[in-house]
Amino acid sequence: MPQSADKVKDHISLFQEPEYKELFRFKKEHYECRATEEEVAKQLEYTKTWEYREKNFARQHAVINPPRACQPLGAVFAAAGFEGCMPYVHGSQGCAAYFRSHLSRHFKDASVCVSDSMTEDGAVFGGLNNLVEGLQNCNQLYKPKMIAVSTTCMAEVIGDDLSAFIATAKEKEVIPAGLPTPFAHTPSFVGSHLTGYDNMIKGVLNYFWEREAQLERKADGKINIIPGFDGYAPANNRELKRYLDLMGVDYTLISDVSDTFDSPTDGTYKIYYGGTTLDDSRKAINAKATLSLQQWSTEKTLEYIAGKGQQVAALNSPFGLSGTDAFFMKVAELTGKPIPEAIEVERGRLVDAIADSIHWLHGKRVALFGDPDYTCGMTAFLLELGMEPAHVLSSNGSAEWEEKVKALLASSPYGAGGQVWRGKDLWHMRSLLFTEPVDLLIGSSYGKYLEKDTGTPLIRLAFPIFDRHHHHRFPTFGYQGALRILVEILDRIFEIADASSDISYDLTR
Amino acid sequence: MSLDYTVDGQFNEGLIKEVVEVHPEKAGKKRARHLGTVKEGSDGNPTCGVKSNIKSVPGVMTQRGCAYAGAKGVVWGPIKDMVHISHGPVGCGHYSWSQRRNYFTGTVGIDSFVTMQITSDFQERDIVFGGDKNLDKMVDELETLFPLARGYSILSECPVGLIGDDIEAVAKKKANDTGKLVVPCRCEGFRGISQSLGHHIANDCIRDWILGKREQEWETGPYDVNLIADYNIGGDAWPSRKLLEEMGLRVIGSWTGDSTLAEIERAPKAKVNLIHCYRSMNYICRHMEETYGIPWIEYNFFGPTQIAKSLRKIAEFFDDTIKENAEKVIAKYQPLADAVIEKYKPRLDGKRVMLFVGGLRPRHTATAYEDLGMQVVGTGYEFAHNDDYQRTAHYLKEGTLVYDDASEFELEHFIEKIRPDLVGSGIKEKYGTQKMGVPFRQMHSWDYSGPYHGYDGFAVFARDMDRAINAPVWNKIKAPWKAA
Repeated sequence: MPQSADKVKDHISLFQEPEYKELFRFKKEHYECRATEEEVAKQLEYTKTWEYREKNFARQHAVINPPRACQPLGAVFAAAGFEGCMPYVHGSQGCAAYFRSHLSRHFKDASVCVSDSMTEDGAVFGGLNNLVEGLQNCNQLYKPKMIAVSTTCMAEVIGDDLSAFIATAKEKEVIPAGLPTPFAHTPSFVGSHLTGYDNMIKGVLNYFWEREAQLERKADGKINIIPGFDGYAPANNRELKRYLDLMGVDYTLISDVSDTFDSPTDGTYKIYYGGTTLDDSRKAINAKATLSLQQWSTEKTLEYIAGKGQQVAALNSPFGLSGTDAFFMKVAELTGKPIPEAIEVERGRLVDAIADSIHWLHGKRVALFGDPDYTCGMTAFLLELGMEPAHVLSSNGSAEWEEKVKALLASSPYGAGGQVWRGKDLWHMRSLLFTEPVDLLIGSSYGKYLEKDTGTPLIRLAFPIFDRHHHHRFPTFGYQGALRILVEILDRIFEIADASSDISYDLTR
Repeated sequence: MSLDYTVDGQFNEGLIKEVVEVHPEKAGKKRARHLGTVKEGSDGNPTCGVKSNIKSVPGVMTQRGCAYAGAKGVVWGPIKDMVHISHGPVGCGHYSWSQRRNYFTGTVGIDSFVTMQITSDFQERDIVFGGDKNLDKMVDELETLFPLARGYSILSECPVGLIGDDIEAVAKKKANDTGKLVVPCRCEGFRGISQSLGHHIANDCIRDWILGKREQEWETGPYDVNLIADYNIGGDAWPSRKLLEEMGLRVIGSWTGDSTLAEIERAPKAKVNLIHCYRSMNYICRHMEETYGIPWIEYNFFGPTQIAKSLRKIAEFFDDTIKENAEKVIAKYQPLADAVIEKYKPRLDGKRVMLFVGGLRPRHTATAYEDLGMQVVGTGYEFAHNDDYQRTAHYLKEGTLVYDDASEFELEHFIEKIRPDLVGSGIKEKYGTQKMGVPFRQMHSWDYSGPYHGYDGFAVFARDMDRAINAPVWNKIKAPWKAA
C-alpha cells in the first residue's frame, strides 16, 4: 500500500508509487485512445525544428500562452493604491473574482474589489440599475473613502456610460455627493493590464483635479512619482521612498500599493491598509514635476499631467546600475537636490559585487519576456552585466518599445545578435528556445512550462510569480534591488555549474 | 456513526441579524433569505432554511465567478486531448490559465493541452466586425501546430454573445474541415448568476455535440462504470479510480478529470454512472438516464465513514462478487484509516471548522472532518441550488450557521465572531482570514496539496488540517510585549 499514516504521501510523491504508475498505464492502454507513443515522440521532436518554428510564426489568429492580462486588472491594481479605496468593477462578476484571485495568488495577500454583477437583463437594458444599487451597497457595507469604477468588456460592448451612470447614482442620493468616485473605461479588447493601469491613474487624477472641483494648479516644490504596474511594488515602493527620503525630496507616490498588498497579520483584518492619501492625490496637481517609472503604463496619464503645466518624465523600469543612476539623476534634475554620499556608497557596493562576478556572467545568453518597460529595463541591466539578451519578447510591447530595445541592443557589443519579438507569445518563445537556445530564461511563473519543455533554467523576476513565495517582499528596484537580481542570476548559474559536472565540483567559485 | 456535539443556533441567528442590519433595506431583505441555521423542518427532517441560486446582490462583493469559469475551468478544461479555445478578449483565459490543478498525464502541447492558454485574443476590430472569421482561421492554425489534438471546444466570453457571432456555424464548418469534433459552448460570463449555469451549459454541449455523434466500438461489460464529476484536483480521481478498480469495476470513462475525448464519447456504453459532484454534472447523468437508460449513483469519497458507505452503496448495484470485493477493499484500507485517525484525532479533536466552497464540498467534506473529531459549525455554498441544500442538512447539527452566496462582508463578520479553529474556503477568502489569526485551508485547490479523495487522500486531508490548525505561528500573532 503506497499510503501510510506515519509518512503521509501527497501528490508530489504518491503518484510516483508503482500502484499509481500501473493505474496510469492501464488507463492509458484500455480507455484513453490517445495518440501512440511513437506519434507523440515524433510530434514532440518536430516541434523543436525550424520548420515547426516557421509554421508557428506564420500564425495570425491563434494566440497561445500570451503573458499578458486585460485592462481592468490594471485598473483594480491602480485603484488599490489609494487610501480607503474600494475598486469597483462594473459588469460581469466573474471578472472581479478573477482579478482578486490573480492578485492574491501573486501577493499572497488579500485583494478586494466589488462587482455589480450584471447578468443577461443588464446586457439588454444596460447596467444603470446595477451600478446604482451596487454603489449604495458597497458604500454602506465597506465604508470606503473612495470608490474607483472600472469596466468589464461586457459593459463596454453594450456601451454603458460611467460618467452619466455615476452622476445618476449621486442624484438619487444613494451615495453621498462628496464621495470620490473616479472611473475609467477599461475595455479588455484594447491593450493590456498596463492600459487599464494608465486609464485608472488618469481617471483618479482627473476626478480630483477637475470633476470633484476644478483645481487651479499652484506649483509647489514637490514631485509626483508613479511606480507603475509592478509585482514587486510592496518592496520596491518602500525602497523608492527610502531613497527619496535620503535625498530629502518632498514627494507623492501616485498609487502606492506597498501596504495594500503586504499588510501585517496581527489578529485583525483591515480591508483598507495604506495607500496614497486622497488629499495628497488632490495636491499632486501642484507638483513641479511627475516622474513615471514605467513609460508604457502611463502614457495617457503623463499627457494629461503635462496638460496641467507640470514637467513630466518617464523611465523604463529602472533596473541595475545605469537604470538606477538614471533614476537618481532624473530626480536630482527635477528637484534640484544633490544625490547624497550614502547613495553613492550603495552604488559602489553594487559595482563591487558586479566586478566580483563578471566572469560567471559574461557571454551568458538570456531569453527575456514580460511587460514592455520591464523587458526594456532588464535588457539594459543584462547588457551592463556582460550578459547577452538573445530574445526579448513582449506580447504587449508597441513599435516604439521594439525600437527602443533594438537601440539598446545596438548600443552594446553584448547586444549583437539579440532579437526583439513584439506581439509574440510564449508558444513562439518555445520555438525560439529550441531553435536558437539560450543559457537562461528570465520571466514570470508562466515561464516554468518553457523550462520544463526546453530545459532552459528559469529565473522568476516578473509578475506574476505564483509558484514561489515572498519574492515581492524584497526589492528589485534601486542598487539594493540590482544586487538581489544579480544574486538570483548568479545562484542559478552556480547551481547549474554544480549540477552539471563531477570534476568541476569546486568548493570555491 | 455521527459525532456528537452541539452548535449554538441562537448565537448564530444573532449573527445573521447583525449582518443583515448593516445592509441598505432592499439588499438586507434579499440577503436575509440566504442566511439561516439548521432547524427541524415541517416534515420532521432537518432543513437549512435558505434560498439559493438567485442573482448576487450588486456591490456586496460576492465570491462567485461566472458561467465561463464553470464551463472552462470545471467541465471542459480537464479534458486533456482537446484544445480549449477561450474565445474573446485575453483576460478570461489568462486568469484561469493552469489554476484549477486538474491533474493529467500526457505531453503538453503535443497530445495534451490542459495547462495552456489558447485564445482568439479579441481586439476592437473583432467587436466591430465579429470574431467568426478569425475563429475559423484560428482552428486551421491550431490544426497545423497541434495535429494530435482530438477536438476543439470554443468557449465564448462575454462579447461573443453580445455582438451576434455564430460560433455554431463556425464549429460545424470546422468539424467538416478537420474531421474532428468541434464543440461551441455559449458560456458567456453574463449568462446566469454564477459558475453553475456554466456547468449546465457545458453539460448540454456534451449532450448535443458529443454523445451519440460517432459510432463507439465498445463491448459493454457487466462492471463498466463512468466516474462522473471528479475533476482530479490534486489527483483526486486517481485514488477514487483505484478503489473502484480494486472492487472489480471497469472505469471506462473519467469525467472530466484526466479524461480524453474518447472517454467522454464512450460514456453511454456504461452500466452505471457514479457521480461525485452532483451540482456540476447531474444534468448529464439525468440525460444519460433518460436517453440510454443508465442509472446514476451519488457517492462521497471524503473520509473513511463516507467512503465505506459509498463503496457499499455502489456495490449494491452489482452482484455478490462486487459486494464481497467492496467489503475486502474496506477491510484492506480500514487499518490505514484507523492509523490516520489515531495519529491526528488527538490533535484535532473538538476543533471547530467553518466552510464556504462551491457546490459540493460544503457538505461532502463534513463527515471527513467529523472522522477526525472536528465539528462543522458553519457552512455555505457559492453556487448551490435548492437540491444541494436538501442534500446538506442531514450532514449538519441543528443550529449550524448556513450562508448561501455569502459576501466578503458577511464571511468576515461570521468568522470574526465565531472565531473557528479553521476556515476552509478559497484564495479570495484565505489571506483576510489568516490576518485575523484564524487558520485556513483552501478547499477548491486543496491549497496546492491533495489528493483528498479516497483512503490515500484522507491521510493527506488529515495531515493538512493538522498543519493548518496546529502551526506554531498562530500563537505568535501578538507581539510578546503586547500579548498579556
